[in-house]
Amino acid sequence: MTAETFIALLFILILASYLGFELINKVPPTLHTPLMSGSNAISGITIVGAILACNELGYLSVSKWLGMLALILATINVVGGYAVTDRMLKMFKKK
Amino acid sequence: MNIIIQLSYLIASVLFIVGIKMLGRTKTARKGNVVSSIGMFIAILATVVQVEAISLIDILICVLIGSTIGLIIAKKVEMTKIPEMVAIFNGFGGLASLSVALSDFWLNTQQRGLEVDNITGISVALSILIGGITFTGSLIAFMKLSGRISGRAIVFTGQHLINLVLLILSVGIVIFALTDFSNPNYMIILAVLSLVLGILVVIPIGGADMPVVISLLNSYSGMAACATGFVLNNNALIVTGALVGASGIILTQIMCKAMNRSLMNVLLGGFGQTSAAGGEVDGPQITVKEVGVEEAAQIFDSVSSLIIVPGYGMAVAHAQHIIRELSELCEKNGVNVRFAIHPVAGRMPGHMNVLLAEANISYDKLIEMDEINDDFANTDLVFVVGANDVVNPAAKTNPNSPIFGMPVLNVEKAQTVIVSKRSMGKGYAGIENELFGADNCLMLFGDAKQTITKLVGELKEQG
Repeated sequence: MTAETFIALLFILILASYLGFELINKVPPTLHTPLMSGSNAISGITIVGAILACNELGYLSVSKWLGMLALILATINVVGGYAVTDRMLKMFKKK
Repeated sequence: MNIIIQLSYLIASVLFIVGIKMLGRTKTARKGNVVSSIGMFIAILATVVQVEAISLIDILICVLIGSTIGLIIAKKVEMTKIPEMVAIFNGFGGLASLSVALSDFWLNTQQRGLEVDNITGISVALSILIGGITFTGSLIAFMKLSGRISGRAIVFTGQHLINLVLLILSVGIVIFALTDFSNPNYMIILAVLSLVLGILVVIPIGGADMPVVISLLNSYSGMAACATGFVLNNNALIVTGALVGASGIILTQIMCKAMNRSLMNVLLGGFGQTSAAGGEVDGPQITVKEVGVEEAAQIFDSVSSLIIVPGYGMAVAHAQHIIRELSELCEKNGVNVRFAIHPVAGRMPGHMNVLLAEANISYDKLIEMDEINDDFANTDLVFVVGANDVVNPAAKTNPNSPIFGMPVLNVEKAQTVIVSKRSMGKGYAGIENELFGADNCLMLFGDAKQTITKLVGELKEQG
């Protein structure tokens, strides 16, 4: 990785973190649990890296097995996270 | 092609941000979750088109396995057990990031024989370290929450020293690794060290502090994804990881503030053991006034304003549905009924709201501590169910109390307080509650579900 690329990525990191703080500070306590399970689901974005890591031929490759392990785990995170968040939010009703 | 893929990642990142923004309002929250999942779908699609056709089957199998497990867990989990589920999912996220970073590192150094530059190498090391700590730390949190191991803080002498040594060792390993990335042993040792560290940093933390720990591990799982983004040079991972990292840190701060503890104090652990001894020494013996179901029903029948204070004990007794019935009954009789929610009333941030929502209690009846605390003085009756430390006035009046300074609900200011409690057992902090001895406080002993069911029956008869 070149220094330029690193700096560009660092820019993205810092700005995204700042945006995250601003966004999440406004979430009311009522929604903190769904927020956490929802953010759990999106932290499964590692699935993107896991898919690419599976893209290596040959089952003798350590990289491939690590990738497949990661893919299963990240999919659990993504699918389970979104599903349970939806299940919870469905219950929030105003009468 | 590459531009389209990168643009898809950008769109996905924007959808995540919009999704989280919509998740911030009760009305739009459910749609926000859908928006965010569409973002994830786009990101996955943009990645799948990059892989070779022959790998697609492997990928499909893994995705099927993961989806099945994820769906089953999400469908079956009880709402009281959401904290455990979030804990274990955090752990999966951490291990996934660790595995992806290690996989990429192995591929480059061992299979392709490529040189790895320092920035990438350090990113790999960070992914492994944070991912590993997140994984085993979350496993321990999961086991503590689900009672598979004791929720008590496990402390031994030299604990912090060992953690410090392990951490220094980890940094040392990374420095060694920098000299020779072609040797994969350093990263493997680092992975093992991080797994051990994860266990050691969470075992000294007691069950009552788990809301803080889950929030923090949530943040770590985001940071691990972020570090992996640096390894893979992938913007989507960095943006998303940063969002999750920030979210976890904010929730951690909120939880610490609600318990009047510094993060350091929580992490060093051992809370509950020392305080139990300190609290019992001075405090005078508390004499309580008991109340029966019939008498309690008469009180409920005579008031015009009621605030219900639910604690985790209510959820343990599965009393939330009967409490909804009680509140509806009172409302029918013209009583103004509200619920006061302390930030640490459940086992994770916002947990109590979910438990009450599940029992079909309207969310606009659930009032945060800061908004309702001034209203207790004008309230006829407060009904405390399964809550203890969060209504202990000692937090305001007794500088010697271990919970002194913790923000609590001012229930004792109300005209009458009825406390539904199994026995005179102590709360999580293991200290006496002066509220129970107060002149305006009546104790309604017994299993919450049973006594409130009787109470509702009695009210129906009288009404």
